[in-house]
Order: sequence, then C-alpha cells, then structure tokens
Amino acid sequence: MAIARNGRRSRGAVRSSPVEGTPGRSLRSAFLEDGAVSRDVVVPEYPELGLIAFASPHDPEPSIRVEDGRIVEIDGTPEAEFDLIDAFLAAHAIDPTVAEEAMGIDDLSWARMIVSTDVPRTDVLRLVEGATPGKLARVLSLLSPLELMQAMAKMRARRTPSIQGHVTNRIDHPLLIAADAASAVALGFRELETTVPVLRDAPLVALALLIGSQVPAPGALTQCAIEERLELELGMRGLTTYAETVSVYGTERVFLDGDDTPWSKAFLAASYASRGLKMRFTSGSGAEVLMGAAEGKSMLYLEARCLAVTRAAGSQGTQNGGIDGINVTGSVPNGMREILAENVLAALYGLETCTGNDTQMSASDIRRTAHTLPLLLAGSDFLFSGFGSIPTYDNAFGPSNFNAEDIDDYMMIQRDWGFEGALRSRDDATLLPLRRRAAEACRAVLEELELLTFDDAEVERVVHAHGSLDVAQEQTDDTATAGDAVIERGITALDVVRALAARGFDVEAERVLEMTRQRLFGDHLQTSAIFDEEMRVLSALTDPNDYTGPGTGYRVSPERQTEIARVRQERTHADLLAEQAPHAGCVTLQETGPAAAKVRPDEVVIGVSPAFAKEVWLTLSGVTVGEALRQLLAGIEEEGVHARVVRVTHSLDLGMVGWTAATLSGSGVALGIQGKGTSLIHRADLPVLANLELLSVAPLIGPEHFRALGRNAARHAKGGKPAPVILPESSAAMGPRYHAKVVALITRESACLEPGPARAVEVSWPS
Amino acid sequence: MAELSYPLGEHHRSEVRAQTGRTADELTVEAVRAGRVSAQDAAIDPQTLLRQADFAERGGNPQLAENLRRGAELATFADDDVLRFYDALRPGRSSAAELEEIATALAAGGANRCAALVREARTHYLRRGLIS
Repeated sequence: MAIARNGRRSRGAVRSSPVEGTPGRSLRSAFLEDGAVSRDVVVPEYPELGLIAFASPHDPEPSIRVEDGRIVEIDGTPEAEFDLIDAFLAAHAIDPTVAEEAMGIDDLSWARMIVSTDVPRTDVLRLVEGATPGKLARVLSLLSPLELMQAMAKMRARRTPSIQGHVTNRIDHPLLIAADAASAVALGFRELETTVPVLRDAPLVALALLIGSQVPAPGALTQCAIEERLELELGMRGLTTYAETVSVYGTERVFLDGDDTPWSKAFLAASYASRGLKMRFTSGSGAEVLMGAAEGKSMLYLEARCLAVTRAAGSQGTQNGGIDGINVTGSVPNGMREILAENVLAALYGLETCTGNDTQMSASDIRRTAHTLPLLLAGSDFLFSGFGSIPTYDNAFGPSNFNAEDIDDYMMIQRDWGFEGALRSRDDATLLPLRRRAAEACRAVLEELELLTFDDAEVERVVHAHGSLDVAQEQTDDTATAGDAVIERGITALDVVRALAARGFDVEAERVLEMTRQRLFGDHLQTSAIFDEEMRVLSALTDPNDYTGPGTGYRVSPERQTEIARVRQERTHADLLAEQAPHAGCVTLQETGPAAAKVRPDEVVIGVSPAFAKEVWLTLSGVTVGEALRQLLAGIEEEGVHARVVRVTHSLDLGMVGWTAATLSGSGVALGIQGKGTSLIHRADLPVLANLELLSVAPLIGPEHFRALGRNAARHAKGGKPAPVILPESSAAMGPRYHAKVVALITRESACLEPGPARAVEVSWPS
Repeated sequence: MAELSYPLGEHHRSEVRAQTGRTADELTVEAVRAGRVSAQDAAIDPQTLLRQADFAERGGNPQLAENLRRGAELATFADDDVLRFYDALRPGRSSAAELEEIATALAAGGANRCAALVREARTHYLRRGLIS
C-alpha cells in the first residue's frame, strides 16, 4: 500500500499517483492502522485479572465495624481473616472515633464534599481518617474528569506546585550527571532523581548529582532510586537528601513478593526520619496486575489500600499515578481517569502528591500529552515524579512521559495555559557556564578524593552534550570501582564539602554543607516540604493549599507570567520584520496621481495593497515583492494583454484591493496582491468578497505561481476559462508558523491606509 | 526547647543542636576543612525530631507524628543496627524469637515505640504463617 507517511505522523502526505484500495478495506483504514496510536495495544476489561480501572465485581462492599474502640471489620473482612494489610490499617490507619461517621455518609454526598469549594479541605481530611479504602475508591469512581481536577486543585497539600526531574545517563557518566543536574535546577526542577544501569555505580552517581544540583541555586533535593537498603545507606552518608523508592502494594502476596511488609516499610520510614532524611512511599495501579496477584480487585481499590498503608506508616507523601504500571492502566477503559483519581486519593490521605507522568504511556504524542495535561492544569505538589530532563535514550528509568526532547513543547503548553508548570526557559548563555561549573566541580571532587580523573576535552564534551552519545567516555568498570571505594572508605557529604573547598568551589561547598545542616532541623520531614531557591521551606505547614474557588489558592504572579511567556520561540515584531529591510528598494512604485479608469479593453489592472513595495518588501514565501510583481506582469504579457499597476490605499482587504482594481480595468478583470504575497483574480461585476481565483496560502506561492496567475488573469480578460493555478499540496501547519508574521505585516499595511481613490503607479526596477 | 515554631531552621537556627551538642552555625566549611566536624555533628537530635512530631500532630497528621517519634527513638542507634533491624523485619528474614530479641534490644535502647511495632509485626507474621 503506497501511502506515504512522514516521521511521527503526517496529516496528508504527498502522493504521486493514485492508489488502488483493497476490496473491503478502505485507504482511510490503511492510513489509520499505520498511525502511532495503533502501536498502543489496549484490551477489554478482565476483572478476574485486575484489569479493570474502577469498581470490579470482586471489590468488597465498603464496611467498618468498631468494637471497644477497636476496628474489627474492614470492607467486609472480619478481624480473624485480616491479611497483613488489613491488620496494619486497623492498627494504624483508620481512626475508630471517626469511622462510623465517615462510613455513614452516602457515596454521592462524599463525592460532593470532596469537590465543593464550600467544604473546607481540612473537614474532608478529618473524615478520610475514618474511611476505608473500599469506601474512598467507590466515592472517587463517581467523579468526572473535570471534578477530579477540581478535587486535585482543592485537596493537594502544598499551595505552590513543584516538579521533579530524572537525571540519569546510560553509561553512568558522573560529569554528565553533574552537568545535567545543573541544567535541571536552572530550568526549575526542585527534586532530582537518578538511578543507575549498574548498581555499583550508584554511590558515584549520587555524589555527582549532589554536586551538580547545588551549582545554579541552593536547595534542590536529590535522590538515587536503588535497592531499599543501599538507598538508605547513601542517605545516611548525606550523598542523597531524600528517598522515594519505598514501594508498597495493594495485595498481601505482591507486598511480600516486593520483599517487604507494612511493618518493615514503617520501620524503614522511621529509619529515614531518624537520619533527618525526607522520604516518600511509592505505589501505583497496574503493579499488582504485573505481579500476577491482583485478586480480581479494581486498580483504584488496590491503590486505595496502598495509600492507606502509606498514611498509616507515617510517610509524609507518595509517588503514585501509574508509575511503572502506567501502560497496564492505559490499556483498560477509563485508565487515565483512574490515574487522576489515584492522585486525588493521595491528596485525600493528606499525603504529599508526587504525581507520576514519569513513564511514557503511549507511542502517540497526542495520547501521552492528553494523559498529563489535566493534572498539569489542576496542579500537584510535584507535577511529575520524574520529567525526563535528559534525552529519552539516556533515561535509566526508561522513557518518561515528557523528556528533554519535549522541554520546549512543555514550555509552550505552560505559556498557552498560564498554569504553574514550575519550569522556565533558559538559553545556552545561561546554561553552558552552569554546566561547565558543575562538570569542573565534580571532576575536582573526584580527583581530590582519588576516585576518578577526566581530561579537559571530556569536560568540554560534557558541557556541550545533548546526551551521553556526545561524550567520549564509555561504560567501564572504573565508575563501579570508584563507587565501591565510596562505600569502603566511608565517604560522606562532609568529604565532598572538604574536596570542593580544597579546590576553590566555595559556593558549592557551602551549599552542599547547608543541605547537611538542614538535617539537624528536620523541617523538610514535614508533608510536602521542599526548599525554594532562597532555602525557605515550602511545606504543608508553611505553604498550605488554601484553594476555595476563584481568587484563592496558588495564583501565577504577574512576574512569573512574564517568565513563563519568555520561550525560545518568542519573536518580537521587530525580529519578525527584520528580514524585510534588506529587500527595500527591490522595486520602485512611483505614484503619479489618481488612477485612470478603463484605459483600454484588452487590459488587466494589478492592484497592490497600501504597504506593498512601500513598507513590505518580502512575501511570506521568500519571494520579494519586486519579483512577484515582475512575474505577474510577465504572465499577462505572455498572453498579449496590456497591464497597469495601481495602488489601493483605502483598504488592505485583498478582495477590496482586487475589486477596486477591477472597476478601473477596461476588461473588468484585475489582479490584487498584498505585501505578504496573497493574490487573486477579480472581476468588476462580482461581489467584493468573491473572486475568480485566489492563492490564499502565501508561504507556498513561488515565482511560477505568480506568473501563472498573471497568465490566467489575461486569459480571463480575453474571455477564456483557464484552469486554476494549483499550489503544491502541503500538510505542514502554516498557521502557527506564519501567523505572527502575518499580523506584523498586516500592522504595516494598516499603517499605510489612507482614504481616497486608487493611485496610478509607475513601476521601475533597479538596474 | 519549650515553645519552638516551625520551621526550626528559620526561627531557631542557632538553638537547634546536633546529637554532639554542636549547632548548625558551628558546622562551617572552615571547620570541615580543618577536620573538626564529624558525621555525628550532622546527626539530628531526638529532641528535634520530637518537636517535628509535635508540628506534624498539630498539622493534623498523627501517623506522621508517630513516625517522627519512632525516628527520634532510632536516632541514637548506629547506622548498622538500624539497617540490621530493618532487614530483620523483611519477609523470611527472622524467626519469631529473633524478632522478640530485636524488640528487646530496641526497648533496652529506649525505643519503646519501635519495639511495639516489631512485636506487632511478630504477632501478625505468626498469625499469617510468615514465621514460626
């Protein structure tokens, strides 16, 4: 089937010859089946496997029973049959003094309380303490996508949204990690998460991330996602400043397969707290399905159990919303609504929400954007639990839903909607010095601690690299050996401080030390705590979400709006018009007085717009106005017809320009052309807004099309019926590319408007 | 440290002390370079964690408060002990008797909340047949 497709997806590719369809199969179907979204495989619901987003027939009927202040039944399961999760929830999650009140409220009333701006957030939080997972899952299944967004805006813990980024590379290159960490912080990321393809590299990569993260500004938190015990050990040494890979699951069997229990996880949480380290749990729908033991329960119900455990264990927050299981959730009906419901559920449990979007959920750009957008607009404590700040191929977690390749798209979406996306555009003039500083600081520390050495050329490559394919270093055992040495020699953040200071990196030494000092205060152990770039703590206690409707909650400040607006693609009108000036004088139109009417019957009059060859010199296709006019005249001349040029000044509307010229033409036929190149053939007896032929897509009008249009105008003047000029097919998006320039050019046309009749013009070209 | 306000790093920077008794202000780059700072000088004090637990309680999250109180108990245990206790609670790592020993060790070190958590785990692990 010879249907051309171009790149990711082209809307209407060019074909050279007609194609025959196959009986019973349309060419449209053939086209669609080859689309990116057709690479996504989705399935019907299989409740028995847990492949169902909401309300599995096997979900329990919500219930609670309290005896003597003790929970003795949860969601239909009596105490004697409690599994580890039920038992843990009964002991630590559900408040018996609120339980009967919370469970007595009907589902719809619950749902309305969650969404309503008239019910304070804290009232809802109090009731959640008495609710079972089954109850909350059922209530959230009643909310529409819009209501879930509203609930997220109202219920999330911190007022100011933030964002986490992945910083990894496929070869665990420490200098590249440091430089990319610096870039990420410069762009606005406040938590950086790394991981490693080779576990033994982890200590060195964590160290590099710590150094790079403090170069542009103080206070970004860093994490290395690896096996639980080693992750804790890196934290104890101060080489990381928070942890996130503390996984919990919704069924007992999967929890045990994950090599933990609710009690071991609770102990782990206390261990992190004991070292002054921030920590959050992680869960997400689809995990139990992937591990083959969902017990036939719906994804949202199992996630509700995970989040109840998270709250019960005393974790301040959670990373959830699909995560590694996003593609499982994405394969069932209502999967993305379930993901957003999970995020809302985390907020309902009073947890810091670090809301996924960290795994590519579709081969389709449209579909993966649609997954993320509602959450972005609603806001979250962390909009992503890992925006891939590095290229897709370097992401050791696997591709994120948004990656370095998508940074500019993200900035544009943020600009379009004016929401707080927590990122800002930074150009190379800002980024390159920061990357250099980070790479050099990291190199100095590695040398000073006698771990690894790098030459100047490699630093240079790292500074300018897009990703690890642009550096010389390859994966060797040296990084792992150095990583081993970090562990064996007991290297800590204090050694990093000493090495930085010894090599003259005083600012970085102070900032890394400050991250260590902060562990003495423990302020960042509170819910949703981050440090801003002035080292102020933003948490649920200092910056609580106070959204209660329009005019409340987080609002993007005017200064921030300005910053959001400044994207790489922004051009001022002066920029857009700069290309005009070099072509000034490419043709001279000398006005000689009012234009004469109907000079001879065998003539075509060319009407030019007010600014044509006066303020506008280059058409949108890159053809000068002089060349465009020369081709129109040549086309007319080829047909043996006379031509005159007049300037219309009372209107810049192309129809009016052409029609005015037509009323002056002896043949009644005229051409009209604007400075941007849009052209038509008009006739005096037609309505102003009609025409004989119109070339409306100015960026596609080449010299040959102007010539052909001139020819056709002459043929019309002779009473012929010429075949219209056809511009080349194009599926390119012309509007977004040219409309800013169109507006700038129209502004110039508008400035040249003057009332009065059309003017006769003498045309001359520079010799 | 009776009436302290959150965040401590902002309001009580010179009052909060590490387990060694040194304040954050004493943790200078110069002191680190001179080798006058030990890892213990960067260890959060149990009293500080208890203050944070109070903040969490007042903020409406008793479970987080409880976690911070357990953390306060563990703060004075050595890294290796903490890692060992955690490992022991994971599935299939310990017998009921070993868990009881850990609970006893925790209680002996003043970590009564943590000891209770371990004993609770022991009860349910036994009930669910995870251990014997």
